[in-house]
Amino acid sequence: MAEPSLAVEMRGIVKRFPGVLANDHVNLAVRTGEVHALLGENGAGKTTLMNILYGIYHPDEGEIFVKGKHVRIHSPSDAIRLGIGMVHQQFRLVPSHTVAENVVLGLPRPFFFPERAARQKLREFAQKYGLEVDPDARIWQLSAGEQQRVEIVKALYRGADILILDEPTSMLTPQEIRELMATVRRMAAEGKTVIFITHKLDEVFAASDRVTVLRQGKVVATLETSQTDKRELARLMVGRDVLFRLEKKPVTLGPTVLEVKNLHVRGDRGQMAVKGVSFHIAAGEILGIAGVAGNGQRELAEALAGLRPAVKGHVFLKGKDVTNQPPRVLARSGVCYVPAERPVGTVPNLSVAENLVLKAYDQSPFCNGIFLDPEAIANHADRLIAEYGVATPSRETPLKLLSGGNIQRAILARETSCAPSLLIAVHPTSGLDVGATEYIRQTLLAQREQGTAVLLVSEDLEEILQLSDRIAVMYGGEIMGILPAEQADLETIGLMMAGIHREVA
Amino acid sequence: MNWVSIRLEKRLDTPRWLNAVTPVLSVLAALVFIAVLFYILGVNPLVAYRRIFMGAFGSLYGLSETLTKAIPLILCGAGLAISFRARVYNIGAEGQLLVGAIAATWVALFVPGIPDPLRLPAMFVAGALAGALWALIPGLLKAKLRQDEVLTSLMLVYIASELVNHLVYGPWKGAQEWGFPYTDKFPPSAIIPHLGTTRIHYPTLIIAVLAAILAYYFIQRTRWGFEIRVTGENPEAARYAGMNYLRTVLLVIGISGALAGIAGVGEVAGIHGRLRYPQGISPGYGFTAIIVAWLARLNPLAVLLTGFLISGLLVGGDAIQLALNLPAATVHLFNGVILLFVLSGDLFTRYRVRIEFPARMAPAVAVRPGVEVKE
Repeated sequence: MAEPSLAVEMRGIVKRFPGVLANDHVNLAVRTGEVHALLGENGAGKTTLMNILYGIYHPDEGEIFVKGKHVRIHSPSDAIRLGIGMVHQQFRLVPSHTVAENVVLGLPRPFFFPERAARQKLREFAQKYGLEVDPDARIWQLSAGEQQRVEIVKALYRGADILILDEPTSMLTPQEIRELMATVRRMAAEGKTVIFITHKLDEVFAASDRVTVLRQGKVVATLETSQTDKRELARLMVGRDVLFRLEKKPVTLGPTVLEVKNLHVRGDRGQMAVKGVSFHIAAGEILGIAGVAGNGQRELAEALAGLRPAVKGHVFLKGKDVTNQPPRVLARSGVCYVPAERPVGTVPNLSVAENLVLKAYDQSPFCNGIFLDPEAIANHADRLIAEYGVATPSRETPLKLLSGGNIQRAILARETSCAPSLLIAVHPTSGLDVGATEYIRQTLLAQREQGTAVLLVSEDLEEILQLSDRIAVMYGGEIMGILPAEQADLETIGLMMAGIHREVA
Repeated sequence: MNWVSIRLEKRLDTPRWLNAVTPVLSVLAALVFIAVLFYILGVNPLVAYRRIFMGAFGSLYGLSETLTKAIPLILCGAGLAISFRARVYNIGAEGQLLVGAIAATWVALFVPGIPDPLRLPAMFVAGALAGALWALIPGLLKAKLRQDEVLTSLMLVYIASELVNHLVYGPWKGAQEWGFPYTDKFPPSAIIPHLGTTRIHYPTLIIAVLAAILAYYFIQRTRWGFEIRVTGENPEAARYAGMNYLRTVLLVIGISGALAGIAGVGEVAGIHGRLRYPQGISPGYGFTAIIVAWLARLNPLAVLLTGFLISGLLVGGDAIQLALNLPAATVHLFNGVILLFVLSGDLFTRYRVRIEFPARMAPAVAVRPGVEVKE
């Protein structure tokens, strides 16, 4: 059978990290001009594989062919010479420089005024692929979606005809995702080859021609996207059937647990990040806060956890004014907090057991007088590890050796095992695989059934819609509106995320 | 692109054995490097090393000197290990040692009415307090005003040193000391007893060993130790868990200052019997203790061993300086090179080295399009 021409072929790629086989004899064939999705859970080896293709890692075994040629890629500059470009999850742009300056940064020629030469090309890309960006805008002024366009333009400017996108939608609003998908399709139509890494099934169907599923470092299948469905892909990805609907039991609301009135909080750079936010949450209720990252959600959550001072406004916990109480006082009054960045809530080099007592280490039974009680700490760890199904070689293992999902389980175990009255969870499932995500969401629902008031901040709209009883959307530090979950749909919320006001319910 | 390429890859985990072996290999590498320097200086490195070893450990006298000099190194090193564990980089143990010496001298010479048996204990307490207070200055500046403690604690060394100079040349200059920048001799009740005819002032040695052991249990087994470890490993997590940053910083820097102060008491009351010009009291024990602490991988128990070994290097270094007619800076060079190697050696616990060989091993690069390469 005549194979269509291949842009990239990777054969028998093996990559070992200490204790982990990240890629286990992976074969990948990407056709010229197609959009190829690389689907898999976190830790399945997708990013490792692409980092190998881009010359960041070196395979222990295996061969790479680019446009039919056997190549060795020693560094990203080799990859660029071969016409491969990669857009990383974290953008690598200079915030204070203009778009044009960023695009030409690091290129040897022309030596003088290189950004002038770039303008022509930038216009061309805009017309051809819909990659509209203002060459004179400074990066910090741009939204995440626009910055991503700059990254793509940067790769194209370096002559990339094979473009790797690593989890490209994680920072985008639904509208921006739609635009990106359109751009990807147009690039493919113009003959570019696009490989995009994702763990979201919807994106596979929105843009790809074919999809390769990775699981635990191995290729499970390569399929024509049109000949498969969500359920099959999910099963291939996770290795078992996945529930798509979580069961949400009706809960009678209790008294109001948290009441926030006209709260103002400053961000890291001193700007007002939360501008007069008011809402309340009752016992047994989940309030979801949707919004694109950077619109004040993090600052709001930190202020509620006592980690950031409120400059104006009040926070009431069960009727008591707790504005600007220190984190320890809040924790003792039943406020539990699952922070957005997992490293914030954990000490990677300390053991699982020690991490599980990170907040209660100075209380009985873990501490008598000034001495820690290793036995009590160990028993506590064993109990939580069993109860929350944390997969760890032992309770003495340094936490950093666990997978993201298990670290999150451990955090959730610590934060929910003390029967909190308010649980603040920020991006609790970001970066987690389907299995861990399902577990985390079920735990949040279980908390709700136990009468905990839950504040859920998430960028994953599906998650917000699935779990929340009411949904608030934050934009520019303000709440654009609060909707009961029944009245919320993707379209309305998407508009509110872009800054359009709605009624408060 | 056809050379052997060496690259570093981040390790996910550091095996235990590597943590133990790295400092040893680092010191060995440093010794090889220094051997080259010896060779350049016209000294046979093997002879030099033999002399150092024999000078430090080869005789009872050498051994007793090594033990004597290990006392301040262990005291300062154990304290610094605690401080560095919390990522509080107190570089000023030398200054804290000197103010400890000043406080002890004050109690020994200028505070009347202390009964003889309480004189020494009072000197130790005063020395510890003075060292702790001196160290709290950079501690407060760090925790309250975010001033870099490396800089401030180092600057305070020079202030402490000038303070000693001022005292021994000025107000405290001894009546019977003619032109020398010394205070009067301490009364007998203010002199720490020695072991036999050696210079080992054993009560200080006992304090040093106890301090190192207690420091270990303090870090591993108490709730403050837990706070120190969490703060050092991840200050964000410490804040998140509601730990008091100010208290932790002041605690660790205060402890390290107190132990350095005690070392200062030991030097004036155990060795010299008076306050002298600063270099006469300490040839930089407070700085050398930084090496001691790092070499022990910030484990206070291991400080007992590394303090003893580095002390041997000081004693042996002094021996070859005279015997082989080497410049006085030789010992400093030793210390510097060892610290440099130990700190760089840390790299290998966090990264592993991959060496890739060129085409010879695996044929590669451009072959005709579409043709497969078989190895």
